[in-house]
Amino acid sequence: MPVNILMPALSPTMTDGTLSKWLKQEGDDVKAGDVIAEIETDKATMEVEAVDEGKLGKILVAAGTSNVAVNAPIAVLLEEGEDISSIGSAPTSNPIQSTVAQTLPSPSPATPTHSVEPSMVTGSNKPQSGGGRIFSSPLARRLAEQKGVDLKSIQGSGPYGRIVKADIEDAKVGAVSSVPNSVVSSSGPDAKQLADMLGMEYIEFPNNNIKKVTARRLTEAKQVVPHFYLSVDCVLDNLLKARSEINAVADGAFKLSVNDFIIKANAMSLKAYPSANTSWTDDAVIQYKHADISIAVATPNGLITPIIKAAETKSLHEISNEMKDLAKRAKDGKLKPIEFQGGSFSISNLGMFGVKNFQAIVNPPQSCIMAVGAGEERVVVENGQMVIRTVMTVTLSTDHRSVDGAVGAEYLQHFKRFIENPVLMLA
Amino acid sequence: MSEKIFDVVVIGGGPGGYVAAIRAAQLGMKVAVVEANHLGGICLNWGCIPTKALLRSAEVFHLMNHADAYGLSCEKPSFDIKKIVERSRSVSKQLSGGIGHLLKKNKVTVFDAYGRLKGKGQVEIETKDKKKEILTAKHIILATGARARVLPGFEPDGKLVWTYREAMVPDMMPKSLLVVGSGAIGIEFASFYRTLGAEVTVVELMDRVMPVEDEEISGLARKAFEKAGMKIMTGAKVVKLEKGKDTVTCHVDVGGGKIEKITVDRVISAVGIVANIEDIGLDQTKVKTDKGRIVTGAYSETDEVGVYAIGDVAGAPWLAHKASHEGIVCVEKLAGLKNVHPLNKGQIPGCTYAHPQVASVGLTEAKAKEAGYEIKVGRFPFMGNGKAIALGEPEGLVKTIFDAKTGALLGAHMIGAEVTEMIQGLVLGMTLETTEAELMHTVFPHPTLSEMMHESVLSAYGKAIHF
Repeated sequence: MPVNILMPALSPTMTDGTLSKWLKQEGDDVKAGDVIAEIETDKATMEVEAVDEGKLGKILVAAGTSNVAVNAPIAVLLEEGEDISSIGSAPTSNPIQSTVAQTLPSPSPATPTHSVEPSMVTGSNKPQSGGGRIFSSPLARRLAEQKGVDLKSIQGSGPYGRIVKADIEDAKVGAVSSVPNSVVSSSGPDAKQLADMLGMEYIEFPNNNIKKVTARRLTEAKQVVPHFYLSVDCVLDNLLKARSEINAVADGAFKLSVNDFIIKANAMSLKAYPSANTSWTDDAVIQYKHADISIAVATPNGLITPIIKAAETKSLHEISNEMKDLAKRAKDGKLKPIEFQGGSFSISNLGMFGVKNFQAIVNPPQSCIMAVGAGEERVVVENGQMVIRTVMTVTLSTDHRSVDGAVGAEYLQHFKRFIENPVLMLA
Repeated sequence: MSEKIFDVVVIGGGPGGYVAAIRAAQLGMKVAVVEANHLGGICLNWGCIPTKALLRSAEVFHLMNHADAYGLSCEKPSFDIKKIVERSRSVSKQLSGGIGHLLKKNKVTVFDAYGRLKGKGQVEIETKDKKKEILTAKHIILATGARARVLPGFEPDGKLVWTYREAMVPDMMPKSLLVVGSGAIGIEFASFYRTLGAEVTVVELMDRVMPVEDEEISGLARKAFEKAGMKIMTGAKVVKLEKGKDTVTCHVDVGGGKIEKITVDRVISAVGIVANIEDIGLDQTKVKTDKGRIVTGAYSETDEVGVYAIGDVAGAPWLAHKASHEGIVCVEKLAGLKNVHPLNKGQIPGCTYAHPQVASVGLTEAKAKEAGYEIKVGRFPFMGNGKAIALGEPEGLVKTIFDAKTGALLGAHMIGAEVTEMIQGLVLGMTLETTEAELMHTVFPHPTLSEMMHESVLSAYGKAIHF
C-alpha cells in the first residue's frame, strides 16, 4: 500500500517548517536512510531520511513551501509493484505517523536520545519556546493577527493578565512610535512603511526562520533579563607560549586556537565555581552539573550557537576538533537541534575582527555570556615598570537575578587565573 | 460619637447605592447608607420590579384570553385592578425588606433619613421628624437617582395626569389612556393597560417608537403594538391638555400645524427623567453638573476629592444595572483594588418588558454604519424556531451586527417572547470579546429560544440552517 511521508517534527518546539528542497524526484527509487528532502526549522536545515524502500510516487508539497505543519503529508512512497494510480488508496489518516517518527533522524523528540543527554534539560528550553498558553480574548487574537502584532510581546490588562482588544490597539500605537529607536524591529514592516513613505531606496532580504527566532529571542532577552556587565583584562603571553609549544608538538594532527583555550578556561572556571553555571526560574535557581558551552557562530543564515557539551571533561584538542566540526556544520546549516539547543554558558568572540571590547546579550535561559575582545599588545605596568604584553579584554554579561555582581566578579577571577596560567588547567 | 464616622457613606439606597454599600462592606470598610424613602430605590419600589409584577398579571390575562389557542377554555376572563396592584406592591415590599436584611448581614448602617453634603467629608442627615445629625466619611457616594421629567403645562396632578408613580397604583381602570413618550417606561404602561383592555394612544415626538432601539426592531414593535390595538402617533406632540371633570382632552400636533383632539380618561407622562441633584449640598462643593446631571470620571469620581456619583444622578443610561455596576467599580477603585476597569457603556443591555419584549445591546445598524464600520447583519425570525412555535409566540426577530473586518460583535437587537432573558448571552459574548467564530462554535441547547441567537450569528455569515 502506498505510504504517506509526513512532515517530521525535528525539535520539541517545532510546529511547522519550510520544505526547502527535494533531493529525490518523483519516480526516483529510494532506499531506507536515503536523504530525500531538506527542511528548514526555526533553527537549522535538517535532512529528511526515507523510512522505507520504494519509489517516490508523488510529491505533495513543493520545494520552497513554508509553514508546512508537522505531520502533514509531504509525499507518497510507493512500494514495489505499485504505481501512481494506486496513490488514491493512501489514506491521509494513514497511521504511518508513528513509523515515520521512529525512523526520523535522531533529533526527533520521540526518540529517547534526550534521556541519555543529561545536559539537554528539556525544561530549559521553555522560555524560548513560548509553549505556555497566552490568555487572550478571541477578538484580541484576531486583531493581533490582522495587525501583525506578536501576542508574546504584549502585557495583557484584562483579568489575570488576559490580553484584550484594547491591549492590541495600544500595542499598535506603541510599535509605530518605537520604530526610530528600535534596533531589532528595524527590519519589520514599520521600517519598510517609513522608508516607503519617505521615498528611501532599499533592498529587501526576506528573513529566514533563524533570523526571526534570533530577533525575537534577543528582544525578549534584553527586555526580560536584567543585564549587567563586568570587564577584566587578561594577559595572554603564557597562553600564547603554551599554544605554540602544543601546536608544534601536534605537528598538524590538530591546531589549537586562542578560542579553544578560552572555551577550556571557561569550562574549568565553571567547574571550579558552579555558581555562574546557572539559570533563573521563578521558583529556583538551577545550577547545571556540566559546563555545556554555547559558542556563537555567525553563519550566512544568521547567528547560531553550537554547544561543546560537558566541556570540563574534554581536553583542549578534543574541544578544538569538536569546535571545528561544529562550526563547519553550523555554517552549512547542518546542525541537529540537540547540537544547539540547551547549553549552560555562552561565549561570543569578536577578537578576530580586532574588536577591543563589547557587551553581549545574555542567551536565556543561561545566566552568563562572555564577550571576548582581540588579544593585542599593550603597555602594561608590572612592578613599577612599563612592559609590553599581549592583553585581551573579556566582558561577562550576566542575568542579575541568578548571578549577582560578586558572583560574576569571582567567576572572572577564576577565569583570569586559568587563562593567564594555562598550566593550572592541568591541575 | 465614634459610631458616626465611616469609611464610606452612600446617599441613596437604590440599586446603585445599596450595591455599592454592600461591596464596600465586603472590602472591610465601615459603611452607612442614608435613604429617605425606601431601600431599593425607585427600581425596587416604583420602577423595574413592581412594573414587572403588573406586566406579569397582564401577560397571564392575555394568555387566559387566548386559552383556546392552546386547547384550553377559560370562561370570560376578568381581573380586579386593585388585586393586581396589591400583588405588585407586595412584591416590592418583600424585596425591599430583603435589601434591609442584606445590608444588616453586611453590617452596613442604614439611616432612615434625608442626606446632603455638608462641607468636606461630612454628610448631614435629617430624619422625618426634622432631627439633624452629622456623619463623617472618607468617601461619600452620591446615589440619589432621578425622577420623572415634568414638562410645563403637563404637571401631573395625580388624578387625571399621571407619572409612572400614579400609573403603577391606579385606583380605577381607565377605559382610555394617552401615553406621552414611547421610551421603555411609556411603552410598558401602554402595553399593560392595552392588554387589560384600555383604549391606548401613544404619542411620540420622534419619527418612531422606542427611538433608542434599532430602526428595524422599532418598526416591528410598532406593528405589534398596532396589531394589539394601540394607536401610535409618531412625529407628534401633545401641545395642550384640556382637563374635564373625569376626562382630559389632549391636543396633539400631528405635524403641519394640524391639531388632533383626543379625549381620554387618563394621561401618562413618560417623557424621560431628570437627575436628583437639588438639595444634596452640591453648592458647597467643587462637584460639577452638566445638563442636570453630575459630571463624573471613569470611576465615578466627581471634581470634589472624596465625593463620587453613581447611577441616574450621574447620567444616562438610566438603568438599575448600570447604577449597580458603577457602584461596584467605584467602590473597588476607591478601595485601591487592582485590575479595576471602568464600565464600558457600549455594552450595557437595555430591556423593555412590553408585549412583545424588546432587548438590545451595543450599536444599532444605523449607529454602526455611522461609526464607519463595514458590517455584517444577521437576522433570524421567531417563525423559524421550534420552541417559539411550541410556545405560540411566532412573532419576533433576533438581529446581530458584526464588524465585517474583525468579526467583533457590535450589537444585538431582539424583539419577541422572553428576549429580555436571552440578551445576556450576547452581552457575555461582547464582554468576553468573542468573534463570530466562537459564537458559531458554541452549542446552544435545543429546543430553546436561544437557538435563534446562534442562527442569527450564522445568518450574518450566510450560514443559517433553519431559515
